Amino acid sequence: MFQAFLIILQRDLTLAIRHRAELMNPVLFFVLVVVLFPLGVGAEMSILEKIAPGVIWIAALLSALLSLDRIFRTDMEDGSLEQMLISAQPMSLLILAKIIAHWMITGLPVVLVGPFLALFLGLSVDGIETLFITLLVGTPILSAIGSVGVALTVGLRRGGVILSLLVLPLYVPVLIFASQAVGAAAAGFPTVAPIAMLSALLLLALSLTPWAASSALKMSVS
Amino acid sequence: MIMKFIYKLGSPPYFYHLSSKLLPWFSGICIILFATGLFGGLVLAPADYQQGDSFRIIYIHVPAAWMSLFVYMVMAFSGAMALIWRIKIAEIMLINSAHIGAVFTFLALVTGSIWGKPMWGTWWVWDARLTSELLLLFLYLGVIALYGAIEDQRKAARAVAILALVGVVNIPIIHYSVEWWSTLHQGPTVTKFDKPSIDIRMFVPLILMAFAFKFFYGVVVLLRARNDLLWRERRSQWVANLFAEKDVKEDVK
Repeated sequence: MFQAFLIILQRDLTLAIRHRAELMNPVLFFVLVVVLFPLGVGAEMSILEKIAPGVIWIAALLSALLSLDRIFRTDMEDGSLEQMLISAQPMSLLILAKIIAHWMITGLPVVLVGPFLALFLGLSVDGIETLFITLLVGTPILSAIGSVGVALTVGLRRGGVILSLLVLPLYVPVLIFASQAVGAAAAGFPTVAPIAMLSALLLLALSLTPWAASSALKMSVS
Repeated sequence: MIMKFIYKLGSPPYFYHLSSKLLPWFSGICIILFATGLFGGLVLAPADYQQGDSFRIIYIHVPAAWMSLFVYMVMAFSGAMALIWRIKIAEIMLINSAHIGAVFTFLALVTGSIWGKPMWGTWWVWDARLTSELLLLFLYLGVIALYGAIEDQRKAARAVAILALVGVVNIPIIHYSVEWWSTLHQGPTVTKFDKPSIDIRMFVPLILMAFAFKFFYGVVVLLRARNDLLWRERRSQWVANLFAEKDVKEDVK
């Protein structure tokens, strides 16, 4: 069972690395959205510093949303998803592997690039440190919740708009706790509470969403 | 016993006949409650010492806000029934509740906004309860959009049921995260378990209105569900029999 988990993880990562051009897209999008903000709001450092946590986190949400479709779409198209569904392995475990693979491909680059972008927005060192932690804890939640949304819409021809309508309201708690933590850190306040809440959300999401996604997939494929 | 009832309820003809017996009762109770509640609220209740007469909008606003959550719970519950027992009636209740719930949520938002203008001096504030109500509206709209996008109705109902259940897990999380984020809304007036901080003459009409809204929802959801049911079962024998009976009766007249 654990071997099946590893095989799916390895397969998804290999597939992603073979499509190197696509690999860069989410993180490029993330950088672009953040760069657009100073151009729109104005280059005043005091304002930028204040909105930095929100801007970076909203950009992270959007780039996650943009790449979500990949979790199941290609597998649906080439039929491997059906093979997974009829295999003897528990589907929720395979989905967990796919969620983790998706996060490593799209979330991890954002986690690594985010702190550098925060530097451009003038966030203090404490704020950047906390931003890194919240991104590390928060972005897997995005992939996990997103997997349910994709599982529900993967059978549709134009699932994209509906996907954002389904998923974005569910992302709100992550956005709130994460940007709160970063804001508090930048202002010199303790950040334990929001980060603890984020970690709780992560555990909850990782334990419940594969289950919901697998029943949604069975519906979509049937 | 309960299971037997649920199985019975799952049969479309039984549901149809039961609902046609319930509907007149529901409508009657609904009208009486609305009449007494509105009279009590708009005429008998004294004006608020601070807000004057404009507080009276709570007789629409608060019941609508309660209903927005209540209907979501009904929706999630029928979603669970639809997923576990594949009951067609539950699927129908689920999607029709979504439409009505969205309207209640919208009503709560609009009346709140109308009340907020004279009281807070602004149509909208990014307050916790307003924001979570707005997010609830988006959850409803997501359900409706997803249902509309999937062509096969049974499949769509299952998808929506899963979504409703995911939403139910998330509603408390969203609510509290938004609550801690910021709040300006006045604290709850009625849900305190000790003596409510509201005059009894204001309080009774509010409760009447709350029940009036519940029965109103009952009437509307049954009407819609019956329509939906007839349409889905239009090729089945019992519907044909039903209309054959009706034709006979009309011929006799």
